[in-house]
Amino acid sequence: MKISRRRFILASAVAGGGLLVGYAATRPSKHRVANNTLASGDEKFVTNFIKIDPDNQITIYVLHSEMGQGIHTALAQMAADELDANWEDVRVEQAPALDLYAASDMINGFAEEYGLPNFLKGMVASLSPAIAGIANLQITGGSASVRYTGQHGMRYAGAAAREMLIQCAAEQWGVAASECTTELSHVQHNASGRSLSYGELTAAAAELEPPSDPQLKDRSQFNIMGKAISRVDIPAKVDGSAEFGMDHHSEDMLYAAIRLAPVFGTKLVSVDASEALQRRGVKRVIELEDSVAVVADNYWRAKEALKLVKSVFESSENDSVSSADIAARFDAELANSDGDKDFELGDAESGLEAAADVIEASYRVPYLAHAPMEPMNCTVHIHDGKADLWTSTQDPLSMRGRVASVAGLSEDDVTHHPSYVGGGFGRRLPFNWNVIDHATKVAMEFDVPVKTVFSREDDMQQDYYRPAVFSNFRGGLDASGNVTTWHNRFTGPIQVPGASHIPYAIANQSIRVVDGETHVPIAAWRSVDHSQQTFFIESFMDELAHRAGRNPYQFRMDLLNGHPRHQRVLRTAAEAAGYGENLPEGHALGLSIQESFGSICAQVAEVSIEANGQPRVHKVTAAIDCGWAVNPDGVESQVESGIIFGLSAALYGEISIENGRVAQNNFPDYEMVRMATTPEIEVHIIESGEALGGLGEPATPPIAAAVTNAIYILTGQRVRELPIRKHKLNPSPSLASV
Amino acid sequence: MATFKVNGVEHTVDVEADMPLLWVLRDELGMTGTKFGCGIASCGACTVHVNGSAVRSCVLPVSAVEGQDITTIEGLAQQARTSSTGVGTFTPTSQLSAVQQAWIDHQVPQCGYCQSGMIMAVSSLLASNPNPSDAEIDASINNVCRCGSYPRVRRAIRSITA
Repeated sequence: MKISRRRFILASAVAGGGLLVGYAATRPSKHRVANNTLASGDEKFVTNFIKIDPDNQITIYVLHSEMGQGIHTALAQMAADELDANWEDVRVEQAPALDLYAASDMINGFAEEYGLPNFLKGMVASLSPAIAGIANLQITGGSASVRYTGQHGMRYAGAAAREMLIQCAAEQWGVAASECTTELSHVQHNASGRSLSYGELTAAAAELEPPSDPQLKDRSQFNIMGKAISRVDIPAKVDGSAEFGMDHHSEDMLYAAIRLAPVFGTKLVSVDASEALQRRGVKRVIELEDSVAVVADNYWRAKEALKLVKSVFESSENDSVSSADIAARFDAELANSDGDKDFELGDAESGLEAAADVIEASYRVPYLAHAPMEPMNCTVHIHDGKADLWTSTQDPLSMRGRVASVAGLSEDDVTHHPSYVGGGFGRRLPFNWNVIDHATKVAMEFDVPVKTVFSREDDMQQDYYRPAVFSNFRGGLDASGNVTTWHNRFTGPIQVPGASHIPYAIANQSIRVVDGETHVPIAAWRSVDHSQQTFFIESFMDELAHRAGRNPYQFRMDLLNGHPRHQRVLRTAAEAAGYGENLPEGHALGLSIQESFGSICAQVAEVSIEANGQPRVHKVTAAIDCGWAVNPDGVESQVESGIIFGLSAALYGEISIENGRVAQNNFPDYEMVRMATTPEIEVHIIESGEALGGLGEPATPPIAAAVTNAIYILTGQRVRELPIRKHKLNPSPSLASV
Repeated sequence: MATFKVNGVEHTVDVEADMPLLWVLRDELGMTGTKFGCGIASCGACTVHVNGSAVRSCVLPVSAVEGQDITTIEGLAQQARTSSTGVGTFTPTSQLSAVQQAWIDHQVPQCGYCQSGMIMAVSSLLASNPNPSDAEIDASINNVCRCGSYPRVRRAIRSITA
């Protein structure tokens, strides 16, 4: 399905004589026009991303949430460069949660990427059935902000504003627009040496009709894009002044600690709060359908009092479910069902029958928690038929809608106050509603702001988890060691299409998905299905290479014939890592590659085995082809971040189920890579000049297999189940030659 | 009742003796630069200085800081200005401590939520050990950063050590 990329560029005047330029991917409704609170007077425009004041101050509104990925800076760079703005005069503002700041370009981009935007349509329908179309999401996710909102929105807004300013200057000077140039927020007429600042032109420009299809720059003309410009959000993050959702504070506010049903989906039966109510500062104990909350004048008081609340939750059929039961279920599904088609090519069954050698392997990965550093929290103040909302979120519009629906208010009567986001990774997307719903219900009992905070234990035990997935492979090799067949059956659900597909030229492929649903709630987790599937695919590829007696690098390079971008990425990482050269005694290199969210990332891990039977990852050499880099330092940062996030999961990450509930409590049970376990990371950016790819996620998938592939060389042990810490590794003379 | 100084200003609070300093700072005094991460002194997001040394405030009862000098991230630059230790090098142009400035120069924070604690921990380490080995950094700085800013933390430390 091809979505037309029709764009409406819009402009208007603002109070004080400034210019606002924006765009919309769909023609806006009057409703959205009415929602525009940023401009005064004339309402002929509907959305706005760039504001130019008479004093030449430029404000760029970024609709996506800043959660450390540097999006405020990157999107501002894209608009400011096309505008030929003086970066020194550019300010960045978080766009408010209003329909006119819906991420429509992102939605369209996803629609193109995945053919059918079913999951997004579903989201929108359930969020707000009254609004037709797919325009009322403000999601930050899918590694999509730069490649969609930036490329298809912000750049055009900047370019349109620039053309309007030129037109005004040309008219004032009585010269042709083509004789004018722009630089550092000024329009110049070089022939006459005249110059006007954007600020001097902004009032006149606001009277013009914006161009419908402004000309974007060639990459050779970039002044601000392509540069490692310092992030605009960092100064506030070194002196404590950056405000996260958790940091909203007022003198009259109350705090809620909450106990949710420990077994997912069960209801509260009874509560004895008599002791808790005696505690200092406790205002009320509130019973909800599936939880009990203590509200006090200080979070610690609420949390301590909650410990004294005796509660009974209903029993359920899941009370005795353990991870072992879930594993047995998955194994049975895989044994008894051929599942649903994900991808088929050639004839895999015949391919296996004809194969000279068939290799089988079963892989499994556990549930994972997101565990952002900022625990889940939400402050709601309901007063006078309206609500104010403070919560760190990956989608302010959806959160606003959800609070409205829970509280029985109109969306227009709910105001979300933006903040920095202390880590998202998918946890703060729509549908992961628990903290929002409970905070709203608790706040409905008061007329002052109530901040509901999940403790780290709540955060760990009441997440929406990265799904546990099992994957059973069969691979066929012919007599010469060539791979003829790729046969994969894995447990679902598929959250992002295509993650289990392979770039390798294998004639017969059968990839099918069986039911993997359990009572454990699931959600997107940084890189979504790619985090599991890349471990499976790149591990099994390594198994095939070793079985064929081939060098795992050359084996992949040969099968990537026809994918020159992949080959270049893998070659770059391997060469930079010194693949095939001498290594320190006891060290080995493992490699892995995956395309996700429009970028291709290869990683080479240098690993040794410590005396305690655990791996030590010394260095990771990564190469990434993200098309081109809007901010090269931002790219490096995201690759470093993605690797460490994936490495924490590979080495330590496991959420297990005991008696129907999550067994892990806090960080010691859910360990992370820390300073002492961080490898050296070297990042190579490949500027292929292809379409922009995403960066928030693509570096997470490859690392697990890169490490376990190195472990195989060192020990002969094939790690087919994560996390690695569950395996006792025995260093032995190399069984595999590389 | 507890009386102590935060960033040079004396505060008296009427709270339970066992209330952790973190919640006194955040919910009683409204100083939200110090973060709640785990509540069990595992992640370090709540790190402050008590008499110049890094302490995890989420498990430190307020009774333990009676009469003490506490520095939070909001007061770090001020502390650096008046400190006599190497790390106290004040950067007059940026109004920041050397550690804070290195954090900007090396673009360390991502989401930034853990960085108040990270910066306080590193500042304390460098005040007592101006030129730590990598092993000493690893042993001392075991704060959790979910975004994985660790390579940059090390780079930033190295840029201001000998």
